[in-house]
Amino acid sequence: MDPLTWTGSVGIVLNPIFFVVVGLFAVMLVIQFVLSFTAPPPSITVNPDGSAMSSGGTIDLVGRINSYLFLGLLGILATYMFSGIFTPYGTGGIIGEIGVRLLPVWIALIITFALSMAFKRKLGLYGKLFDSVVGMIGFAIVMFWVFVAIFVAFDLVITHDPLSQVSGMKNKVPGTPLRGAEDGEYAHYLLGGDNLARDVFSRVMQGSQIVLIIAPAATLFAFMVGIVLGLPAGFYGGMFDTVLSFIANLVLAFPVILLFFLLVTPEIRAAGIDFGFYMWRVPTILASILFIFPLIFLVLLWNSRYFTQPSKNMLFIGLTVVIGGYLYLALAWDADPFGLISIDQNVLIVFVAVVFVNSPTVFRIVRGLVLDIKTRDYVAAGQTRGEGAWYIMLWEILPNARGPLIVDFCLRIGYTTILLGTLGFFGLGLESESPDWGTTINAGRRLLGIYPHPAIAPALSLMTLVLGLNLLADGLREESLKD
Amino acid sequence: MADTDTYDGPILEIDKLSISFFTRLREIPAVMDFSCTVRPGEAMGLVGESGCGKSTVALGVMQDLGVNGRIVGGSIKFKGRDLSQMSQEELRDIRGSEIAMIYQEPMASLNPAMRIGKQLMEVPMIHFGTSEKEAYERALEVVTDVKLPDPKRILNSFPHQLSGGQQQRIVIAMALMSKPSLLILDEPTTALDVTVEAAVVELVKDLGKKYGTSMLFISHNLGLVLETCDRICVMYSGETVETGRISDVFDKMQHPYTQALFRSIPLPGADKNSRPLVAIPGNFPLPHERPNGCNFGPRCDYFEAGRCDQGVIPMADVARGDRHETRCLRYAEIDWGAPIDVGKQTEKPEPGDVVLKMDNLKKYYEVAASALFGGANKKVVKANETLSFEARESETLAIVGESGCGKSTFAKVLMGLETATDGKILLHNSEIQDVPIESRDTKTIANVQMVFQNPFDTLNPSMTVGRQIIRALEIFGVGETENDRENRMLELLDLVKLPREFAGRMPRQLSGGQKQRVGIARAFAGDAKIVVADEPVSALDVSVQAAVTDLLMEIQRKNKTTLLFISHDLSIVRYLSDRVMVMYLGHVVELGSTDQVFQPPYHPYTEALLSAVPIADTSIEKEHIVLEGDIPSAMNPPSGCPFQTRCRWKDQVPGGLCEKEVPAVRHMADGHQVKCHLSDDIFAKMTPVIKIAAE
Amino acid sequence: MGLFILRRVGVMLLTAFCLTFVVFFMTNLYPNLEKLAKTEGNFRMSDEAVTSYLTKNGYLEPLPVKYGQWLGVLPGFVHTDEDGKTSGQCYEQAQVVGGGTVDAERDVARFCGVLQGNWGFSTVFKESVNTILSKRLSLTGKLALAAFGVMIPLALLIGILAGMREGSRTDRSLSTFAITTSATPEYVSGVIFIAVLASGAGWKIFKGSATSAMDDATFANFTLPVMTIALYGVGYIARMTRASMAEVMTAQYIRTARLKGVSFGNIVMKHALRNALIAPFTVIMLQFPYLLTGVVITETLFNYKGFGWTLVQAASNNDIDLLLGCSVVAVFVVLVTQLISDIGYVFLNPRIRIS
Repeated sequence: MDPLTWTGSVGIVLNPIFFVVVGLFAVMLVIQFVLSFTAPPPSITVNPDGSAMSSGGTIDLVGRINSYLFLGLLGILATYMFSGIFTPYGTGGIIGEIGVRLLPVWIALIITFALSMAFKRKLGLYGKLFDSVVGMIGFAIVMFWVFVAIFVAFDLVITHDPLSQVSGMKNKVPGTPLRGAEDGEYAHYLLGGDNLARDVFSRVMQGSQIVLIIAPAATLFAFMVGIVLGLPAGFYGGMFDTVLSFIANLVLAFPVILLFFLLVTPEIRAAGIDFGFYMWRVPTILASILFIFPLIFLVLLWNSRYFTQPSKNMLFIGLTVVIGGYLYLALAWDADPFGLISIDQNVLIVFVAVVFVNSPTVFRIVRGLVLDIKTRDYVAAGQTRGEGAWYIMLWEILPNARGPLIVDFCLRIGYTTILLGTLGFFGLGLESESPDWGTTINAGRRLLGIYPHPAIAPALSLMTLVLGLNLLADGLREESLKD
Repeated sequence: MADTDTYDGPILEIDKLSISFFTRLREIPAVMDFSCTVRPGEAMGLVGESGCGKSTVALGVMQDLGVNGRIVGGSIKFKGRDLSQMSQEELRDIRGSEIAMIYQEPMASLNPAMRIGKQLMEVPMIHFGTSEKEAYERALEVVTDVKLPDPKRILNSFPHQLSGGQQQRIVIAMALMSKPSLLILDEPTTALDVTVEAAVVELVKDLGKKYGTSMLFISHNLGLVLETCDRICVMYSGETVETGRISDVFDKMQHPYTQALFRSIPLPGADKNSRPLVAIPGNFPLPHERPNGCNFGPRCDYFEAGRCDQGVIPMADVARGDRHETRCLRYAEIDWGAPIDVGKQTEKPEPGDVVLKMDNLKKYYEVAASALFGGANKKVVKANETLSFEARESETLAIVGESGCGKSTFAKVLMGLETATDGKILLHNSEIQDVPIESRDTKTIANVQMVFQNPFDTLNPSMTVGRQIIRALEIFGVGETENDRENRMLELLDLVKLPREFAGRMPRQLSGGQKQRVGIARAFAGDAKIVVADEPVSALDVSVQAAVTDLLMEIQRKNKTTLLFISHDLSIVRYLSDRVMVMYLGHVVELGSTDQVFQPPYHPYTEALLSAVPIADTSIEKEHIVLEGDIPSAMNPPSGCPFQTRCRWKDQVPGGLCEKEVPAVRHMADGHQVKCHLSDDIFAKMTPVIKIAAE
Repeated sequence: MGLFILRRVGVMLLTAFCLTFVVFFMTNLYPNLEKLAKTEGNFRMSDEAVTSYLTKNGYLEPLPVKYGQWLGVLPGFVHTDEDGKTSGQCYEQAQVVGGGTVDAERDVARFCGVLQGNWGFSTVFKESVNTILSKRLSLTGKLALAAFGVMIPLALLIGILAGMREGSRTDRSLSTFAITTSATPEYVSGVIFIAVLASGAGWKIFKGSATSAMDDATFANFTLPVMTIALYGVGYIARMTRASMAEVMTAQYIRTARLKGVSFGNIVMKHALRNALIAPFTVIMLQFPYLLTGVVITETLFNYKGFGWTLVQAASNNDIDLLLGCSVVAVFVVLVTQLISDIGYVFLNPRIRIS
């Protein structure tokens, strides 16, 4: 097998064009930037038929040329990506072959977008997202990684086992053929090999799974903590608020990096309170506190609303306590009575640390929103008909704070992803062979000057995911403000 | 600008102006075929309900419609020059020097981080290149003109250090800095209290005369326009429907909308039982749902199918009158003098037993003197001071006062959201002053309910209308099953005259008036015996106000409810209340039946309040009583009588008693009490503030 | 105003007290001490040997007592072993002070904690923590100053330009840039910078290591670490500034100014700017804790031996005294910037200042 070039056979024609377009685009961007200081704002003229047209002379022209160039650029990239689907193996180049491996992801993305666009008017805020270009791009990037994570679980996207080493592939550049590849074995390391001769492409794809499970889940738990504590703090104020706010500020004043170095260490996992018959270790202590909040949240949620209908109330609370309690025992205490679910202690401490760092910020956001919304008349109306405080907080205030909270949720998943990367970068928490992006960057950075590819691939992946989440949040913010 | 100095034609000529806003989905016409002319020294009033396009006209004149707004037809000429043909530089020259504008929210229109003086001085410095010193002199002069005390200190302060009334005076001063030829006032007093509003209006009128400025006065309040303007232009749904001299339009109206508008506002003489208001049926059409032909057609009593719903309806000159025009095809056929078709008259119900009794109720708050820096020194705010009154079954008691008078605190204490500091509240003979709402039993809670002021705030935006009413039913324990409650909810919708399909709607799909009806339905979910209505109609348009008021009255009659009607609007209070309680800075200054309060002898504050409320009736003669200054802060009330700082009768009381002692409650006549030091013979000499001119 | 500052300082001291206690608690957990004993002694130490070592050095005192000793509000720890030899936290110091004669009653039981300026001894660098910290901090100060010097002007410029005409093309391109950089943490941008600008695979314009910049910062060895730290912050601050600016530009008083005839440039400079910068000021100040993380990452990545690098060394080698020292510094940097942010906000905002 020959080594793969980046762009394969289409590149022979397209590469020169690609570089010309890139060069032009860069020049035009600079021109546009300079012009934006000098040129007047675009004026809008109205045509006789009632439609409005924007025209701003040169700057508008430059802007439009830029848009076309950008679209052209995207077109060329897409050609690189998808040409491999239609050409035999080995001719599509690295990009083209990656495009082939990702085929299930493309299909899933297309289906998602087609369905969402078709029914967007019936889908509420989610549907409105498809009115915003920025939001759509962000959503596409995020969903790309979500689908990658899903299909990796079905062994679809990856080409090799992310943990196994193949001799002779140490630090090999992207596109290197596998020496003596057997039948049925994928013949190339698409993105090269790392310093332990493992396939970088497969590791990066597999790594998305870890990030996409921990980051959203940790963010969700942080929201539960922040909401359950932030609502009463904002609603009641007083001593309760003062104490909680002080604690929140305490955690916020704690430099994140220091907290990680103190909390995510092997020693801390060994420490704990010794009861003689049971060693209550630090991860379990923290998890047992933080993981109780979703349960509290749900029980309060049901009880405040359905206390007037006892039978319904009992049903909902019963289900919550049974299912939630089971999960709580399994996840926080590692004491699943059926032995089905358990969580690795390394992952648990990372998870807990990330929840811990995020909760105070969510707390402050929720508290601020409550302070604003509680002055509304519908809250007063609830009070004057004798509603309980938790009903007002959970059913009158919280739903109306959802806009900013959803936006922050997206941003926070991104931030959590960055935190996870930071942990990995310092080799804290997860196993050193774990394919998660932070750990992989950490492993690759030592030889960065000579072999950059093992670190670049996960770095770019992490960046795109966070960028996608930021764009998604931006789109959501824009659309939720339009109401 | 040499040519404009010698110009003597009309200051502003708007000809067939059309303005549209463009959204991604469609073009929304905001103003269509609007024409008007303002001559030198003339004041033109632009009146209409919210959404009729009156503010858009003002912004069109300023050529400041934002990115989405465009002038799509017609022209705006200022001193003969077409504004839409001007370049940005030319416009900038005119803005602020020749045309100045005053806005609704004075606080928002002043830069919070710039001293007042600098903001004022900027105007002549930009336009006439005046030196800093001269500009300062000019600023001092103008600030003195707008009657602000201590101009030098004011110039050196930041906007947030002034009260709302003072801020609005500064905005006016800023507009007058360059002696503009045209002054546009967009609802300049809406955010102010009535007595402050009266003073500002007086000031604008005087200054307009002094500077010879023409004015375009935009307001939803007909009474205010009557007091300030020479001519009026009534707008409806983007169009002018009638324009002419004030006297012509007010007394010889030629358009059904103008007529309907006047019939739906409570003028003196209207009465809830013998002469109820006539609400305009239907709703204001949304800009993209306007009907064919006459926009007012679907709501008009004189609608003629096949004629009023065809094509474009032009403005027609009314033969009599001075430039009096109307946009009605049938104006000549309608008998405008026909007596008002009096709505269904009702018997005045006899008040029943006392259901609510307040006895020397006091509510004090402790607050930190300064939120940021303080902590140690607490201040006591006396929000309610010795409140005593009784309310009977099926009686309407109005509670009148301006901001800071303690009416909302009183409502909170009654509802149980706060507990009283001292005194008693007796509800059906049980004391509830110390029982917070959590400890009240369901019956008590259901019996005392509240209707809120702001329709956009009264309903939870993320819950359907039906769900919100059902929730109230659940809490009040009405109905055995979910079906029962569902049915009861639908009945409640019937009660407030909303279609049953509204149950599944979200609040944002409802208009302001409809939301307010849902709020009323919710309040009556547990058959409330006492309903506190906190300015329930003040945020609604006049035509909707009448309908909602009527609804409240009707339900009250049916349920024999005691209605505590909190309001600052004396016209509506006179219309619907049986007894009136006037509050000022936490004190009840006057209490009596509606007739007693609206006739002398008055408490001096009641007198000023009556004079301040603008009345849209040319046959009314009012005595002008302008109160000095602003309402003192409740944090820092004056010594002695709370009203003494602004009272015009103060010198009639010997020995400076007003500054030393809070006056005792005086019983004037049966059930009429006044808190004042004035002697009986001075009370006897008081003359009525409002006189209906000889008919 | 004075009272306000006093209260803020009080809260700050309380916070510092709580945080240092937490750090102290976590570094003094038994497994950490056990590891310390084994690294100082040998790795095959028996449990008894560990205990005796820890007892001898005062590590097994009750936590509050240990904290008090470390802080310097309790007398230093003194241990007399079987041979009657006395050793202790401040023992050697006391001898020097006492002029050679040991008076256990008076001189040995001295206070020698952080408050007295005695920050302990680093087991890794074999140097006093004071010396290490002052040296490392000045290095990091140089780096952080350069990074702030690039970051703040750039971020404010981008934010203001983007926010002054919301929705324009300039806004959109600058916002895209800001969002992208705020999605690029230091370990990503640093890796990309090195790979593209300082490796054999890309252009070799800069140096991938900043070790030489500690003594002699040049364009080649200092640019990349500075850019790496600055870039992440630029995005965040620029977005805040843009949002604030865009909000101010839609405010009524801007319309007032426009309709008063003020030109666009003057509207931005005289009317909008001051109001728009109030919010970002707080953000910039609160950026310090995040900057600290960035500094640690960047110094590790570029092998620049400043404060962040020291922190990593201390933490990974279980150097308790040094880690505590680093923590105290970090916590104080964060708290002082918060204090400045609070006070500065009040000064910038006349609405709060004069009330």
